[in-house]
Amino acid sequence: MSARLARTTLLALALIGAAGITRAETLIVSLSRENILIQSNFTGERLSLFGVIQREGDEKGASAAYDAVVTVRGPRGAVTVRRKEQYGPMWLNLDERKYIAIPAFLAVQSNRALTSIASASVREDLRIGINAQVPQQIVARGANDPRFREALQRLRIAQGLFRENPEAVRFIAPNVFQAAVDLPGTAPLGDYDVDVMVFANGAMIARGNTKFRVAKTAAEQTLATIAADHGIWFGLGTSILALLVGWLASVIFRRD
Amino acid sequence: MQIYLPIAEMPVDVFLILGMGVAVGFISGMFGVGGGFLLTPLLIFVGIPPAVAVATQGPQIAASSTTGALSYWRRKSIDFKLGGVLLVGGFIGTILGVLFFNQMRRIGQLETVITLSYVVLLGSVGTLVSWESLAAVIKAGKVPPRRRTAGRHNWYEGLPFKLRFHRSGLYISVIPIVFIAILIGFAGAVLGIGGGFILVPALIYIFRVPAQVVVGTSLFQILFTMLGATVLHAATNHSVDLFLALLLMVGGVFGAQFGARAGAQIRGDYFRVLLGLLILSVAIRFAGDVFTQPKEPFSTTLTETVR
Repeated sequence: MSARLARTTLLALALIGAAGITRAETLIVSLSRENILIQSNFTGERLSLFGVIQREGDEKGASAAYDAVVTVRGPRGAVTVRRKEQYGPMWLNLDERKYIAIPAFLAVQSNRALTSIASASVREDLRIGINAQVPQQIVARGANDPRFREALQRLRIAQGLFRENPEAVRFIAPNVFQAAVDLPGTAPLGDYDVDVMVFANGAMIARGNTKFRVAKTAAEQTLATIAADHGIWFGLGTSILALLVGWLASVIFRRD
Repeated sequence: MQIYLPIAEMPVDVFLILGMGVAVGFISGMFGVGGGFLLTPLLIFVGIPPAVAVATQGPQIAASSTTGALSYWRRKSIDFKLGGVLLVGGFIGTILGVLFFNQMRRIGQLETVITLSYVVLLGSVGTLVSWESLAAVIKAGKVPPRRRTAGRHNWYEGLPFKLRFHRSGLYISVIPIVFIAILIGFAGAVLGIGGGFILVPALIYIFRVPAQVVVGTSLFQILFTMLGATVLHAATNHSVDLFLALLLMVGGVFGAQFGARAGAQIRGDYFRVLLGLLILSVAIRFAGDVFTQPKEPFSTTLTETVR
């Protein structure tokens, strides 16, 4: 009963916060760039996010310290997790689970440990943290086995595609914060959404969001488009290039 | 120095890829093998998606075998007739291999099939070549080299459709040659390899093609098989990465030059011992993957992305 009440209250607060109608805090967020263009020298990118918490009305209530959680989610896709099992003397991929709508990139950043920002139930309700962001449901084959989901998170963290950083958000004034979003060179292409939540005393008081897009530059995209749409010509072109390079080398190195 | 690969969609270190091209090119030039059986696992090891790795080593091998084949051509060490017969079989095998590849992918056992095939194929070829050539090295000088003599034929050489291969000094049935070529084409399509490491020993041991013609003819066959594979991969799965291919090619052709020179200075017996041991070591590495308990039993595959 009380949990539901709390959830409803939070939802109401969130709505009010986002709309900014009443005395409560409003959150304004701004991203340093909204289009990340991948050129041939792309090795990753650092984005800066700024957030300003505006209070309306009651100025005296400003004493509470704010916490901020910034969640960056890349494009979603289906992921198959396979497990090797012993089969006679061999270890083969014998078991698998398929998860749908797994973000290809996930960064949960905050100004301090998530556990000290909000209680477990609040974090679960708002889906804060890597574990809460990875959907539970699987498709087809086999019963739900949590080890597959854990492995998925562990592998993605090892690849640098999932991360939780409790030091990536910094308050530069009591109501202004900055967050650095580091995209790795292997960042998947597509639309990313940024979800920003501001907490005071363990409760969410404002929420805002923004988005950005990672895409190839014209030249890179043209090459990829040719490869995709005119495969045979791309293949023939590559073959001719191979013959040319091979022939050139034989001319350069010819000694007889 | 990093460069972003437009098809693989990831950055790689230019010098690392160039270095891999040089190393594989060296081995390719030295032994007359394409080096795909080394390059594909290497590319996957540095994080290139397997589909891109398999598809992109095609143009790289084509480039280094062009250089090799040209220099053997100048020395008149290519049997074009034999190469042509091998190509016919090779193309048939490639088509069968692509069909098999797609079927295995559908039932989700492609990785297992590839790994086991590598172990069986490389393991048996590597063992055979090392064993035979080690024995030859040990016995060197005591036994006169095996000579082809008129009237002494293996049964498969006497099958119908006999052809005369002047350059190789052979007069044998095309059936066993086409059969071997089909097998190699099949393995090539499934494993992403040129098949030179099977072809070279097969030509030497099964058909007794003279050593001076073997490498040139093998390179000739590999060149055309790889050009075909490049077009086929580019047309069907769009996984040929031009930048990656170019880096590998440039490294590969340089490596192949030095490899060819080093190869010319090694005695035939030692040459085969080295080739055998090289093949065997790759087989052992793959066997390790299958027969030992993995540290991380889990792996992930991105099935589809919504953009």
